[in-house]
Amino acid sequence: MDRLLLKGGRVVDPVEKKIWTADVLIDGGRIAALGPDLEPAGAAVMDVRGKLVCPGFIDMHVHLREPGYEAKETIETGSRAAARGGFTAVVCMPNTDPVADNKAVIAYIKARAEQLGLVRVYPVGAITRGSRGEELTEMAALKEAGAVALSDDGRPVSSASVMRRAMLYARMVGLPIISHCEDTSLSAGGVMHEGYMSTILGLPGIPAAAEEVMVAREIILAEHTGCRVHIAHVSTAGSVRLIREAKSRGVPVTAEATPHHLTLTHRAVAGYDTSTKVNPPLRSEEDVQALREALADGTIDVIATDHAPHTPEEKEVEYQLAPFGVVGLETAVGLVWTELVGTGILSPVEAVCKLSLNPARILGLPGGVIRVGGEADITVIDPHAEEVVDPSAFASKGRNTPFAGRRLRGLPVATIVRGRVVFSRGLAVVA
Amino acid sequence: MKYKAQIMDQEGIRRALTRIAHEIIERNKGTEGLALVGIRRRGVPLAERLAAKIREIEGREVPVGVLDITLYRDDLSTLGHQPLVQRTEVPFPVTDRKIVLVDDVIYTGRTTRAAMDAIMDLGRPRLIQLAVLVDRGHRELPIRADYVGKNVPTSRREVVAVRLVEIDGEDRVIILEKDEGPSFK
Amino acid sequence: MKWKRKDLLGLQDLSAEEIALVLDTAASMKEILSRPIKKVPALRGRVVANVFYEPSTRTRVSFELAAKYLSAESVSITASASSVVKGESLKDTALTLAAMGADVVVLRHPLAGAPHLVARTVRCAVINAGDGFHEHPTQALLDLFTVREKKGTLAGLTVAIIGDILHSRVARSNIWGFTKMGARVRLCGPATMMPPGIEVTGARVCATVEEALEGADVVMALRIQKERQQEGLFPSLREYTGLFGLTRERLALARPDALVMHPGPMNRGVEISAAVADGPRAVITEQVTNGVAVRMALLYLLAGGGAVDG
Repeated sequence: MDRLLLKGGRVVDPVEKKIWTADVLIDGGRIAALGPDLEPAGAAVMDVRGKLVCPGFIDMHVHLREPGYEAKETIETGSRAAARGGFTAVVCMPNTDPVADNKAVIAYIKARAEQLGLVRVYPVGAITRGSRGEELTEMAALKEAGAVALSDDGRPVSSASVMRRAMLYARMVGLPIISHCEDTSLSAGGVMHEGYMSTILGLPGIPAAAEEVMVAREIILAEHTGCRVHIAHVSTAGSVRLIREAKSRGVPVTAEATPHHLTLTHRAVAGYDTSTKVNPPLRSEEDVQALREALADGTIDVIATDHAPHTPEEKEVEYQLAPFGVVGLETAVGLVWTELVGTGILSPVEAVCKLSLNPARILGLPGGVIRVGGEADITVIDPHAEEVVDPSAFASKGRNTPFAGRRLRGLPVATIVRGRVVFSRGLAVVA
Repeated sequence: MKYKAQIMDQEGIRRALTRIAHEIIERNKGTEGLALVGIRRRGVPLAERLAAKIREIEGREVPVGVLDITLYRDDLSTLGHQPLVQRTEVPFPVTDRKIVLVDDVIYTGRTTRAAMDAIMDLGRPRLIQLAVLVDRGHRELPIRADYVGKNVPTSRREVVAVRLVEIDGEDRVIILEKDEGPSFK
Repeated sequence: MKWKRKDLLGLQDLSAEEIALVLDTAASMKEILSRPIKKVPALRGRVVANVFYEPSTRTRVSFELAAKYLSAESVSITASASSVVKGESLKDTALTLAAMGADVVVLRHPLAGAPHLVARTVRCAVINAGDGFHEHPTQALLDLFTVREKKGTLAGLTVAIIGDILHSRVARSNIWGFTKMGARVRLCGPATMMPPGIEVTGARVCATVEEALEGADVVMALRIQKERQQEGLFPSLREYTGLFGLTRERLALARPDALVMHPGPMNRGVEISAAVADGPRAVITEQVTNGVAVRMALLYLLAGGGAVDG
């Protein structure tokens, strides 16, 4: 079996909240040894001096589009994008065609991912059949097939009654619910944040209330049902306040924010670039500030990308006609390091919590920390590496990023899954 | 662009305009039906000065109009930016008048061509004549001036600059020479 | 001051100097409109494509005449609103027109930002003739021209815009235009049709129509559309007229020499009473004449050169 020694790196331990210099020996897909100055015989060596050796990053919110929308992305291209972006695992949403509301689709996604042998892919099952918001899916069967959570992402459950029953049932089955919080009667027709920029641009707005009304509902229902609820892509200051208050009372709620909501405001929409069209929309300066504070104080547990690839043909249209969504897998880590770690909002350890430990804990996934005997899923970061975002270099089929041309500092330079290097940039392995 | 020579001073300009005023009256047998139209920009004060001279000589008012020929230029499609369009103000009917166009310099003749087209769009004059302070040659169209203040042989590398009190604060005509290398008007 | 822009997409982008250049050029163009032969050869051989995805006889004819008076060839394409969604994409339509040799594309489109998409796609000049609820810069320029002609200046004037600001591209362009030229703009309309954050433009939102009209030099009434009632944005035309209708009594609050404007088409008896619309202060028909002069100025400025972008 392959033995690989990561030599001289700074190992990030998000559980002990420390960074220490240690070598990591990987053997047979597992961590075989961890400590200073390891000198095993017959291991290939990767020199990672000056790099951060982190437990593998898990993006708990992506859209791989397969089955059904292979022109936008496939499990293969999405997996390659994940590897290139420093993610060892992705959690994919069920809004495929057919919807992942049955065992067959879940099983297909898992089988295809295993066949590829790139990154780990964990499917999310639908809450309701066809994500139509009416009948519950066979949640126990979905779990058995490999679903790690339930969500009607992109087509939020509008009926409070259906959601309440879904939470009761999901709790019984033991799966968390990931909620895309949007009151569609408030957001209907909207294409960007409702505020002074939507006013100037003459585009229909999505008020902050469209999200906050649903966040409040989910918190109330989570409290009553005891179901674990994870709020997807939090975007407003009001949502942050609601979640912070709920957490303080012990409501079983967790939350994520995306790199784009943490770094861009609605001002980015000026010029009508459809790669800024995303749901929930890019919000105001005050909202971004509140999200950053919530990230620092722990109200927001996870950074997830909501990677949503589309074809250029779909995006090269009038702003109102373009589909929502931006790609994120290949810019997320660089953005986190440049905009959040580099600015002191998060320490490197905290960033690794948001990208690895917390999503693993919320979804009960392996990983999240580097331990002897544990799975050898590792992300290596070079905190000094720089690049300018070039969408044409993406492994993803999607090029719809609002970050083209942005200079990033702090990049993933190696992605190791089950002990296998699935991506590396400028790091040689010497046998 | 560097200074080369002065070809007319204030007195020279005054005498030339006095002579042209006499010639206009003589050629047209008085001022009946006569109108002066200055071509923007330096043709305008020259037309006004000629009108004043004619008033001194004949005791008759000759109407003066202002013509902006920008929209009639034949080089619009080749310029990088559109030149400023200013108002054309010809406050009298053109039809059946004897129109004397007034400009500072005649060179290729293209400005005169544009001015004739512009005048004809305003009506059908009985005749059109042309008065200029300086004729520097190098015509590119079959056009000649009826009244000339001074004929000045020039090379194409030279520029004739007519400077008038009303616009430039002084009266003189000088020749400048373009610097080496490509140049743009 | 030289015109350096490839496109005219909105007044938000323009400086006061650029707006003044358009207005000055339009004043020169207006002289041509008074001639017996309304034609100059300035744009001979140039092609202006009027592409209208929304019906607008007024704006389209205004651009067609402006092109003809400047000797440009003009073609008009009226696409049905449904073709916005299905059929050829806007990008392909723009590429086709450019390939056919259009020098200027005049675009009216129901979706905000459509002219920006076209402007990014083609090398030729693009004029926004109204995009969704975003901007209608040529209408605002003719409004500015009309007011400047009547008042001699724009600086220091107080302009009241009354009505459905949320759905009005005319209001947005006029707010930018008037404020850039040194006028103060007051807004008044139903709270459900007042867009959030509009104050960032420099306009002031007034609580009552009386407050907006008090001492105003210019009063602009916007068209109220019946569909907005079905959308639940206001309860009835009767209540709208009662609260916001421009009547002689209300107009008495403005300065005695105040101008009354309306971008048309008017709902007489709804947002503006017939007595006010036909009254001595109304300059509504002059707005139409000035529209041709302003559009001639824009076609002239934008059709120039072509070799120089930006």
